[in-house]
Amino acid sequence: MSTAAVTDKRPSTLRGASLPKWSPWAIAAGSVAVAAGLGLVAGLHSKVQWGLIAALLFVAGTYGIAARVEGRRQAKDRVATSLVWVAFLLAVVPLVSLVWTTVARGVKVLDVYFLTHSMGIVADSEPGGGIYHAIIGSLEQVGLATAIGAPIGVLTAIYLVEYGRGRLAQAVTFFVDVMTGIPSIVAGLFILSLMLIFHMQPFGFAGSLALAILMMPVVVRSTEEMLKLVPNELREASLALGVPKWRTILKVVLPTSIGGITTGIMLAVARITGETAPVLLLVFGNPFINNNPFEGAQASLPLYIFQQYSAGNDAAFDRAWAASLTLIAFVMILNLVARGIARWKAPKTGR
Amino acid sequence: MDISTKQTDAPPPAPQPALTERKRDARGASRPGDRIFLGLSRGSGILLLVIMAAIAVFLTYRASLAISKDHGNFLTTFEWNTNLTPPVFGIAVLAFGTVVSSIVAMAIAVPVAVAIALFLTHYAPRRLSGPIAYVIDLLAAVPSIVYGLWGALVLVPHMQGLYGWLDDYLGWTGLFSWDGGAPRAMLTVGILLAIMILPIITNVSREVFRQVPRMHEEAALALGATRWEVVRMSVLPFGRSGVISASMLGLGRALGETMAVATVLSPSYDIQASLLDPGGGTFAQNIASKFGEATDQGRDALIASGLVLFVITLLVNGAARAIIARRKEYSGANA
Repeated sequence: MSTAAVTDKRPSTLRGASLPKWSPWAIAAGSVAVAAGLGLVAGLHSKVQWGLIAALLFVAGTYGIAARVEGRRQAKDRVATSLVWVAFLLAVVPLVSLVWTTVARGVKVLDVYFLTHSMGIVADSEPGGGIYHAIIGSLEQVGLATAIGAPIGVLTAIYLVEYGRGRLAQAVTFFVDVMTGIPSIVAGLFILSLMLIFHMQPFGFAGSLALAILMMPVVVRSTEEMLKLVPNELREASLALGVPKWRTILKVVLPTSIGGITTGIMLAVARITGETAPVLLLVFGNPFINNNPFEGAQASLPLYIFQQYSAGNDAAFDRAWAASLTLIAFVMILNLVARGIARWKAPKTGR
Repeated sequence: MDISTKQTDAPPPAPQPALTERKRDARGASRPGDRIFLGLSRGSGILLLVIMAAIAVFLTYRASLAISKDHGNFLTTFEWNTNLTPPVFGIAVLAFGTVVSSIVAMAIAVPVAVAIALFLTHYAPRRLSGPIAYVIDLLAAVPSIVYGLWGALVLVPHMQGLYGWLDDYLGWTGLFSWDGGAPRAMLTVGILLAIMILPIITNVSREVFRQVPRMHEEAALALGATRWEVVRMSVLPFGRSGVISASMLGLGRALGETMAVATVLSPSYDIQASLLDPGGGTFAQNIASKFGEATDQGRDALIASGLVLFVITLLVNGAARAIIARRKEYSGANA
């Protein structure tokens, strides 16, 4: 196929004429040149418009040339191919820009001082200050949320896979699915409604509760998938030796799937670490260091980013970007480690 | 499993009907350890149900407190003045803004996401598609506040050109007329939401496309189909329900997204006919921006609007799950 470099319309014996391999590049170069020419002549200033004209010319040119040489169906195929590539490149631009901007602008003020100081004596409009209080708050809130959410999630998954039959299990499965889709702000409002009833002021643990609600369904789903991968022969072998079911689960099923379960929990932790909305409602933010999650307002990394953004001056923006970089780095490291564990301890599926 | 558990019973039980036998096994044998463990795990399952019920009950309770004091019509009033006595507020603007921003997001994200999924499964060089899929997986984990920060500080300034262009050429439709203000309007919000939900829709669609039976594609190829014809005739029909449910999952996220909207939109309490004029609001954004200054009464009103959001997302997600469940055997999209 690669050797068929037939440019004329003379049909070969077995296959229709086809454009040479370099033709897309040639058409692309041609359309860019024409677009640049048009842009210069018509005096269009925006480079985006040049790009759009070039893209349109490319699609039209591909279709026209391919339709003449190869036929209409091949021409459609080529247009579809280029559209798919364009869609991909189009999507890459913002995503790359997001990561690039965060890194480029985040490193500006990110240093040891930034990580080890709070905003206690720094006004939002001044440079300086740091995210120590926010890191403490985030770690405590997420840690408590994990301590609540992870065991409940894992136990629920064990119930669904090892015991669950009948109505109750069906209901749990359905509502776990539904719960996955709860917007984080609604979870926050739920805890808020409880706090309003008991006339409580914002404190860190309230945020943990909302985060735990967001975490549970994610843990249940991933743990369920992992437990289902444990081969039944293992369970049967253990039960046949007279081991009680609960010890079978604890000593055979869980150790076999522990890698996957850990991965699921870590991914869930990564997800809730970035949640802002419930923290905004329940923990409220605090420029000072507050080590006690059970009393008084606390800070948290995502909330810190939001508040620095809202402060609306360059020093605050710099801090917001640096905090974003810290947050992204934390989440990405969690993700990478989790995926690493998943690959390293993937359960042997019987074969 | 049945047999093995039966053997552990010390005195072989008298022959019983098979039905009761199985029931006993499902509950585990009657050892204390088993009973405690079953109790714990079933208890967690029940706790999840209780939490869901509690969310519905408490939100409804606080919402009813707020709505009973409301001197406007909760559904149609164009105002949000909860600190007045009596308070006047309604969700009309929020509902409109939420729907509009989500529609814009879906209109952009779904075609692009499907194209990327196709790119990864059918077009990209194999060496490239693995790492790209991995990166897209990671991007799904970027916190929404970072998208919000990027949207407000990077995307918004870059929208100026597009807004001007749309106004020049499509302004006559009314939908794209622009008064030259900062481009913190529904179109920018929709575009940012589209970027945010792109990874999740791509991931689920990719899983579905990957499960298209090889035979379908090879049959089409053997009949002389081009690659696009293969995609159109075998891949897309097979993946349709998966793509629909992926889109609804994305829609669920777009509806409930708070911080990205709160940072980008410059809100107002009226409805803008043009997508390019700043103003309007969404449920989640309104809660986040009004919360700080709200009294207890105001918080109840915000909870009432949150309840509406909760119900909407429940319906959307329920529909998505129903579609997935119907074709679960080969959708693989039950993530």
